[in-house]
This record gives sequence, structure tokens and C-alpha cells, in this order.
Amino acid sequence: MKKRATYLRFELMRTLRNKRFFLLSLGFPLLIYLLVAAPNRTDRSLAGTGISLRLYFMVGLASFGSMNAMLGTGVRIAVERTTGWNRQLRLTPLSTRAYFGTKVVAGYVVAACTITLLYIAGAGLGVHIPAVDWVKMTLLLLVGLVPFAALGILIGHLISADAVAPAIGGITALLSFLGGIWFPVGQSGVLHYVAQALPSYWLVQASHVGVGGASWNGTGWAVMAAWTLVATRLAMRAYARDTGRG
Amino acid sequence: MPRGIELRQLRKTYRTSNGPIEAVRGVDITIEPGETVALLGPNGAGKSTTIDMLLGLTPPDGGTVSLFGEDPEHAIARGAVGAMLQSGQLIRDLTVRELLTQIASLYPQPLDLDATLDLVGIESIANQRTQKLSGGQAQRVRFALALLTNPELLVLDEPTVGMDVESRRAFWGTMRDAASHGKTVLFATHYLEEADEFADRAILMARGIIVADGPTTEIKAMVGTRTIRATLPDVPAEQLERLDGITHAERRGESVALACSDSDAAIRALLGAYPQVSDIEIGGGSLEDAFLELTA
Repeated sequence: MKKRATYLRFELMRTLRNKRFFLLSLGFPLLIYLLVAAPNRTDRSLAGTGISLRLYFMVGLASFGSMNAMLGTGVRIAVERTTGWNRQLRLTPLSTRAYFGTKVVAGYVVAACTITLLYIAGAGLGVHIPAVDWVKMTLLLLVGLVPFAALGILIGHLISADAVAPAIGGITALLSFLGGIWFPVGQSGVLHYVAQALPSYWLVQASHVGVGGASWNGTGWAVMAAWTLVATRLAMRAYARDTGRG
Repeated sequence: MPRGIELRQLRKTYRTSNGPIEAVRGVDITIEPGETVALLGPNGAGKSTTIDMLLGLTPPDGGTVSLFGEDPEHAIARGAVGAMLQSGQLIRDLTVRELLTQIASLYPQPLDLDATLDLVGIESIANQRTQKLSGGQAQRVRFALALLTNPELLVLDEPTVGMDVESRRAFWGTMRDAASHGKTVLFATHYLEEADEFADRAILMARGIIVADGPTTEIKAMVGTRTIRATLPDVPAEQLERLDGITHAERRGESVALACSDSDAAIRALLGAYPQVSDIEIGGGSLEDAFLELTA
């Protein structure tokens, strides 16, 4: 246990010291939020929904930003693989489970910072929601990030460093678009069904708890569990195979 | 149960765009605990692939690996193995001291950090970030990393590649101080002198097979000097090995390749015993030439 704590401590230190990665992960969602919400902070009912724009975009960008932060783990892993560090690490007693755990915790730290920063910005723009809803939304968001943690690790071990940026960018864009982060997917039609099979849709639903939305139904929990299981299994397999030179 | 290192009939073929390459073609190696063994061979001999299979980084196509009676995965999991791989940078954003502390924390009985820094001569860069190090400094940090973990088996894949003569000497001096306490050491190199000075035993690899395995003095005599090639049908290789100055003979169809400890004596003996010999060529004394001659 002490072993893992020391290992984790230095992994977190590395994550926070990579300032460009850390600040960009936090900065972009915040920038988008301020650009959209600050000029329109008096809009009290976005498209007649009765939800203020500053609130709608705060929760939306919390899900987008934290998803990005989790998938960003993949970029870091891909770079570490390219340098050959992973081969060295494989010769230490660090278990696959501990390796994954460390990566997930580091991802969560960045994601939690992103969410916190957006909450502060939202509050600064005058967002008010009941404390219970803040807590419920945040907890469900954190649970909703689990499949993205596994996906990030999977991508990091499948794709090489020179291709990982467009891969993660494309996957993030696709998941955001189909999951309804930028605009609501309708209540019917093909897109609605496709969206419900994606983890990003349920992540957005989690953030909508803050705007009076319902928590996940059975389908939501099942979809998230399925993505987590499949991505974790595939990520472990990818990690196990990923020991070649160069 | 075998206590040391056992590789049995290891094979590995890589698929490439130019067709399959048989990197390792049936390698058997046994290393007793506490032995220091050099794996010698030119580039492309299969040394690194053999080491990758020994460490469990590359799954063999055939054959078995046993480290102290366990498979590599289990031996590594209990911290019995330390390695300095041929390539590989260090992860960034930690200082040398932090990186060493992080990795040492995973091992059951690491050496003292400050003592190791001192031994490898990197105290002065202990507080530098890893991404700011020069190539030579990073190489020493990787060496410190391997020593620090204090493993039963230390594997070094061409640890001195790219070093000048001075640094090489310093490196092996440190190795002698640090790792001679009952550790099993396997290192790959293409410098015969390194094997001669540091190892008890040398294993010679070329083109994916082991061509010789014995005390370093024997290996040195076998490959250290010149090689004679000649056309000489119908004389068994063993008979040629009995001639003066010849340490090893190989037959390839009509021609023979002879490794010589004394090529002048060998030529005289050869012409005296077999006047019909023709097409005599004497090759240079480099290790690479000797390998090529012995294994073509």
C-alpha cells in the first residue's frame, strides 16, 4: 500500500508539473464558457427552456471539459510509450492494476480541477442552484467519467504519439456532438437512439441534474457499466501486448 | 527446480514488409546464480530479441524462459529483475532524485539512494529535471535505476553503447564495485574487451543462434584474431582444428573458415598438411569479421 502511495504521489506531481498540458486542459473549457456565457449572462431562459444560459453552459462545459481531461490521459500515455519508458516500467513490480489505478487518479485530478474552475466561473456570473443539486450533479459526473478513464488508457496504448492528438480530438468531437453536449439530441429519431448508447450522452445527462434534469435510468447505468467493462478489458489487453521496441 | 536462468529452444520470427526475419533460431542458455555472463555478437545477431524474451517483453514463438524457476512475469512482480534497456528515454517532469525514489519504492529491498547517486557519480544532477539531461547523463541515470532496485538478476542491453573509452572504463569500474555481490548479471555487448574484462563467461551469438559458449578466455582466443578462408574439400573440420594456430573450424560446402590464434602458424601448418588447399584469403581481426566468418 505504501509502495503505491509513493508511486502515485510522484505521478501526480508529474501531471501537475506539465504546465502546458495541465493549464490547457483547464483553460479551454473555461475560455469557451466565458466567451459564450459572459456576454449573455442576462439570458434567463435559453430557447424558452426556463434555464439560464450561464447555467446551461456551465454544466455542459463541465461534462465536456472533464471528458477531455480524462481522454487526455491517452495523449500522455502515448508519449510515454514512444520514449520507451513503458518497457522500462514493465520490468518493475508495478502491477497492471496499480498502473491503471494511478493513471485514473491522475486523470480525475485534472478533471476535478476543470469542473471546480467552471463552477467558480459560473458562480461568478451569478449561477444559483440548490446545494443538494450541486452535490448530486458532481457525484454523478464523477461516476460518469469512469468509462472515459478506461477509454483514455485504451487509446493511449493503441495509437502512437504522432497520431494520438487527432485521434483524441476526433473522438472527443464525435462523442460531444452525438452525446448532445453542444445542442440537445431530440426525443425521437435515429440520433436519439444512437446517443443513448454513448457514454457522453449519459455524462451530459449527469451534468443536467444541475439544471433540474433526472438522474440516470436503468439504461443509463447499463450503458455506462458496459462501456466501462469493455473499455477496461480492451485497455488491459492493449497494455499487455504493448511491449515491443520502437 | 532450476535456480538460475534457463532459456530453452527460444525462437522468434518477425514479420516485416520484406518477408519474415528469423531473429532468434533456437537458443539455449543456462546461467548459474551469481554468474556474470556476456552476450556477444554483432548488430542483428539476435541479442536484444533474446533479452526481450528473457524479460518477458517479447513473447517467444517457441521455447521457454525460466528465471529462478519462475516465468519472467512472476520474477519481475517480486522485484527479482532489474534492467538497463538499450533504448529508452526517461519520463519527464521529475527530478533525477524523484524519479529514482518513485521507482525504488516499487522494489522490496532497494539500495540506499544517496549511496547509489554517489556510486554512479550523479549527485550533482540529482535535482535536475529528467528532460534537461544530456544523453550521457540520462544513460547514467538509467544505470543508477537498474542498480538501485538491487535485483537478483541484472540485465544490461549494450549499456555502454555511444560511450567513449574513458566512460566505458568508468562504467565497468562502477559495475564491478556495485554488482559483484552475488548477483546474476547478463549483459549484451559487441565489444570483446568488455566481455573479457568483466564477464566470467561469454556467449557468442550470430544470426540468431549461439555459435560459442564458454569462459571468456576461450572465446577470446576463438574470435580475437584473424580468420582464414580457403577451398579445401574432403577434410573434416575437427581435423583442421588440430592444426597449429587454429582454434575453430567451420565447413561450408567445399570451403572452410578457420579462426586463428596465430594466422602465420596456421597458414604454414595448413599448407604443410594439405598442399591441395586453394583460394586462400586471410580476413581482418575484428569481432564482426570473425562472426561473419564463423557463421556465414
